[in-house]
Amino acid sequence: MKTIKEVVPRAIAFFLMMTLLCGGLYTLVVTGAGQLLFHDKANGSIVEVDGKKYGSALLAQQFTDTGHLWGRIMNIDTETFTDEDGNPVMYAWASNLSPASEEYKELIAERVLKIQEAHPDKAGVPIPEDLVTCSGSGLDPHISVAAAEYQIQRIARNTGRSVDEVQAIIDRYTTGRFLGIFGEPTVNVLKVNLALDGILTE
Amino acid sequence: MNSVLQYGLYIAILVLLAIPLGGYIAKVMRGEKVFLTRVLAPCERGVYRLLRVKQEEDMGWKKYAGCALLFSAICLAVLMVLHMIQNLLPLNPEGLPGTSWHLAFNTAASFVTNTNWQAYSGEATLSYFTQMMGLTVQNFVSAAVGMAVLFALIRGLTRVKQNGIGNFWTDVTRSILYILIPLSILVSLALISQGVVQNFTPYETVTLVEPIALENGTQVTQQIVPMGPAASQVAIKQLGTNGGGFFGANSAHPFENPTPLSNLMEMISILVIPVALCFTFGKCVNDKKQGVAIFLAMMIILLGALTVTAVQEQGGTAQLEQDGAVDIRGENQAGGNMEGKEARFGIATSVTWTVFTTSASNGSVNSMLDSYTPIGGMIPLLLMELGEVAFGGVGCGLYGMLAFAILTVFIAGLMVGRTPEYLGKKIEPYEMRMAMLICLATPVAILIGSGIAAFLPQTAQSLNNSGAHGFSEMLYAYSSAGGNNGSAFAGFNANTPFFNVSLGLSMLFVRFVPMVAALAIAGSMARKKKVAVSAGTLSTSNAMFIGLLIGIVLLVGALSFFPALSLGPIAEFVQGMA
Repeated sequence: MKTIKEVVPRAIAFFLMMTLLCGGLYTLVVTGAGQLLFHDKANGSIVEVDGKKYGSALLAQQFTDTGHLWGRIMNIDTETFTDEDGNPVMYAWASNLSPASEEYKELIAERVLKIQEAHPDKAGVPIPEDLVTCSGSGLDPHISVAAAEYQIQRIARNTGRSVDEVQAIIDRYTTGRFLGIFGEPTVNVLKVNLALDGILTE
Repeated sequence: MNSVLQYGLYIAILVLLAIPLGGYIAKVMRGEKVFLTRVLAPCERGVYRLLRVKQEEDMGWKKYAGCALLFSAICLAVLMVLHMIQNLLPLNPEGLPGTSWHLAFNTAASFVTNTNWQAYSGEATLSYFTQMMGLTVQNFVSAAVGMAVLFALIRGLTRVKQNGIGNFWTDVTRSILYILIPLSILVSLALISQGVVQNFTPYETVTLVEPIALENGTQVTQQIVPMGPAASQVAIKQLGTNGGGFFGANSAHPFENPTPLSNLMEMISILVIPVALCFTFGKCVNDKKQGVAIFLAMMIILLGALTVTAVQEQGGTAQLEQDGAVDIRGENQAGGNMEGKEARFGIATSVTWTVFTTSASNGSVNSMLDSYTPIGGMIPLLLMELGEVAFGGVGCGLYGMLAFAILTVFIAGLMVGRTPEYLGKKIEPYEMRMAMLICLATPVAILIGSGIAAFLPQTAQSLNNSGAHGFSEMLYAYSSAGGNNGSAFAGFNANTPFFNVSLGLSMLFVRFVPMVAALAIAGSMARKKKVAVSAGTLSTSNAMFIGLLIGIVLLVGALSFFPALSLGPIAEFVQGMA
């Protein structure tokens, strides 16, 4: 009993102290330093041109226009979040489907058909898998270099740009592996599309 | 070829950083001077003065365990209340409501036990206040409690004829001040530099380049961009082997893990302390070979798991390949099974993370395990079911493995007919009973929990996939809770009263029963005298012992779980072949 009387107040005091230290002070110090040193990055890497916010460079949007570069398949959610006026806003999640089921096979077959129809020039060429799979976050802003190159001719045809121009835009927003070793080379879909639309110029 | 280089370098970087960190932690544990002492010693003394703790007080194991349990109980109670009343508290710009009592209980149990299982999505459920003042705090203290218990066990193994095993308050305080906070500040700033968000502003809405037309005719023209103090929590969630995501998609979410570099830092953070503790152990028992032996046993299990998962995921599935219509082998892309994986990570980086996170008790994910190939998804399941002793959680992984080491010397002792010894201490029935509690808590919690759930008709409604894969989703949930891991086959909807409560109870059982048992072993070993090494003493640092130890770990795991695994992932694999 004596021990409990001694330990309980001490445990409560310790809990309060750690809440202030690890929850309060630590979070504030990191926020302060982060805001000071890396302001844009700490605030969501928003792509803003002439005062208009076109999205976050790190969060995918869905593209289906034939003049745009298409990204990963998105499992769109318009029910969880709303804006101030109650209108639905877009977010997305992973599919969490097993890639070894019959249902999955049929689902992929549908996506393959759709992509083949949009790319008659690629008849007989297998589709890079990024274009038919859903990502881990559902918001993957990138596709592989192979998946971007697969779409170049379609984009050129539908935007009136030359293949070289489209290629140059894609190259501009391609990031290599870290140190040439870690991760995979990727193309940022939103930035390519903003450049194709003439919004993003650098 | 690049993949092999990535796998190799990830392991090499991990070990190279862990060795010096292990030495540093040993000094902190003994209260010796380190380079941060000058700055931190006044803070440390301040904490003790406010708590009226005498640094030199040496606790017996019962008092040590009592402090750990009472402290955790207080954390559990306050955290639960915090979740339920978050709507009344500040820093809730999205106006999120308080959570249900069962979700609050589940989440509180989850974070206090260092599991960080999440039956919710952070950005849609929790306020900034709950995240930082509730969850971030538990990320620190639950890891520190694990480390403290390990320190106590190491003291128990090395002390001779003493009653005390150390002071709980100083062990926890030092772990937080000298190890967790400095590393977390470094890692979180590095993460912000890569694009992990860290702010207190409300969620942003941005204009979609292409509006989306819904079936009912509404046009969706805006996208939500979630915000919050994420980087500070992500850093400690990795370092403390916690794993609970700030966002629902965890470290697959681009705001938690935006680049291959942020991924490298987070992934190394997951295992660096558990690996370092092996070397700390060797140093503290004054026999580095003992630490290296435990390290090698753990590393061999980890490499085995990594190889199988890597081959399976790089292979992909026939359902995805569509008789060659989809390219899963070609140039300029990762190839393999990319369902549920991020383009910037590809296969090698995703698979390494998955094996790291489930061999530690971390549970954060950078790819969705529910979408792994049948055997690729079975390996993380199995790693958790082995009790997460291939490195495991901060502190708890190593004390779990030491229980297996005790079991191993006991079985080896039986074979040659000698009294078993470990580190010069006789292992007697009392220690054996406690070691068995540690080794069997995980299988008992998983099998009983999933057994009951499999009987209930409403379980089927929580599944996202049908058939054998659906069974795997449910088994994975209980394995994750019963291994204090926290990763998930995330299609499974666990936010129901039954799952929240039963998974919460599993987590508490598996955290605290082994913890008390480890402290009981520490107390009893500290009182023993040391026996001299003789020609008949079984070496616990040679290759034979390492082999035996791995064998025992796999044997306990395989015997317990083979039937359950054959109903889930193995059945799915065989169906896929047909």
